[in-house]
Amino acid sequence: MYSHFASMLALCQEKHWPLWKAVCAEETELTGRDEESIFARMEHRYDIMAQSAQKALDNPLLGHTGKPTLITGLAQAHQQYAQRGNTLCGPVLNRMMARALSCSEANASMGRVCAMPTAGACGIVPAVLLTLEEELSIPRRKVLEALIVASGVGAVITQNATVSGAEGGCQAECGAAAAMAAAAAVYLMDGTPEQSLQAMSHALINVMGLVCDPIAGLVQIPCAQRNASQAMNALLSADLALAGMVCPVPPDEVLEAMYRTGKSLPPTLRETALGGLAGTKAGQEIAREIHGA
Amino acid sequence: MIVSIFEVAGPIMVGPSSSHTAGAARLSRLATLFLNQPFRHVSFGLHGSFARTYHGHGTDLALVAGALGIRQEDEEMKRAFQIAQERGITYDFYPIDLGDAHENSVAITFTLEDGSTTQVVGSSIGGGRVLVTSIDGIDTELTLDSPTLLVIYEDRPGMLSRICAELAYANINIGVLKCSRQKKGGQACSVIETDSPIPQDIQQTLTQLRGVQNALILNPSEA
Repeated sequence: MYSHFASMLALCQEKHWPLWKAVCAEETELTGRDEESIFARMEHRYDIMAQSAQKALDNPLLGHTGKPTLITGLAQAHQQYAQRGNTLCGPVLNRMMARALSCSEANASMGRVCAMPTAGACGIVPAVLLTLEEELSIPRRKVLEALIVASGVGAVITQNATVSGAEGGCQAECGAAAAMAAAAAVYLMDGTPEQSLQAMSHALINVMGLVCDPIAGLVQIPCAQRNASQAMNALLSADLALAGMVCPVPPDEVLEAMYRTGKSLPPTLRETALGGLAGTKAGQEIAREIHGA
Repeated sequence: MIVSIFEVAGPIMVGPSSSHTAGAARLSRLATLFLNQPFRHVSFGLHGSFARTYHGHGTDLALVAGALGIRQEDEEMKRAFQIAQERGITYDFYPIDLGDAHENSVAITFTLEDGSTTQVVGSSIGGGRVLVTSIDGIDTELTLDSPTLLVIYEDRPGMLSRICAELAYANINIGVLKCSRQKKGGQACSVIETDSPIPQDIQQTLTQLRGVQNALILNPSEA
């Protein structure tokens, strides 16, 4: 049994297990669910994620009022941009960002998504896993193992810190999702459990202090940009870990730092739509238009 | 670990917010489980953040959808107002101050076909999880995360032991037990969370006990 990253890693080392195996054993202990049923349940979730990552690439999605949201059309436009030969990040990374934007757009339009770990951050893990699955021709079973790694990392974050923007800012939502995706990406590249947790640390370090400042309180702007940027953060953090970078602060302490940083953010920067981007003149005007005076 | 990986990878839900749509829809749907007959009107008293942001997040659609039995992952939620109209069900929203209740709280009042009303108050506490805090004025704490037996009965000696005995006979272990009452000797309410699903026939046995007014079994598969 584990409760922190250190004890999770110790379990992997003691049993010579990959991370997903330790996470599965822990889940079985907690819920009585066996490995086969865990994989089946995860596969259903992965299907939902894949649908939401595709949905807005095909068609711009309108809001529940029948009017465009603040982010309607972003995913399709980005997908078209990704096809051009002269992008800065290249076709693969741009397609990944388009997928993350699609999940955000689906979410904003009252479409079906799978929270990962939250609805606001639901594009990051799917974008990273779907893109690596496609680019590296990874078998489905291994992708599901990576999804279990991501979820196991997210569970440790949830248990010891928070994944709520209202409590810890965007670093706790999109940041946690990036940390989860980074650990999963390392696994897909056959990195060690230790490297997965280093990637998790790098991702949190790269996003530490990021505030939650949604315009008009809606899960649209800047949530869409941050789904795209945190998918990128996940990949670069995985590369840093795979290249051998080791943070002198252990993973559990990095997580604690994220949690404390979140707690010390003023309430105006924790989902209240008062500070940051939401507090700008333009942000306030949009809020008035949407909610009335 | 005490957090399941499916709490992290999930819930599967209609966006945009697990608190403002998924939790709201689930709370409203669970509230209908406390009704003993169909309803024709439902009124939502919105507190805190729900009152301020309900329209932008689609919380209004989610609440109506839930009352109509539409699940939190069903994209039909977007058509909730239209479906209500088709079924001849009316609804309204109004701001309410529920004191120091959770920011995302709602008082749901159903007007039933015989003209009587039932009120359920609850909160959407994050990640799609809900807490029912009051049923027809009786304070309670119902999360519906585990199989739950809710019993309303006369507050007098021996009632609780008779109720618990029925669970013992069925070999069901009680995890959490909470009792509350309106006043001494008045109406009492027990919420019993168990480790395994509760068979529906216990409901009938309990409602036949003298002093028991209502018994309700809620297994999470239905929640």
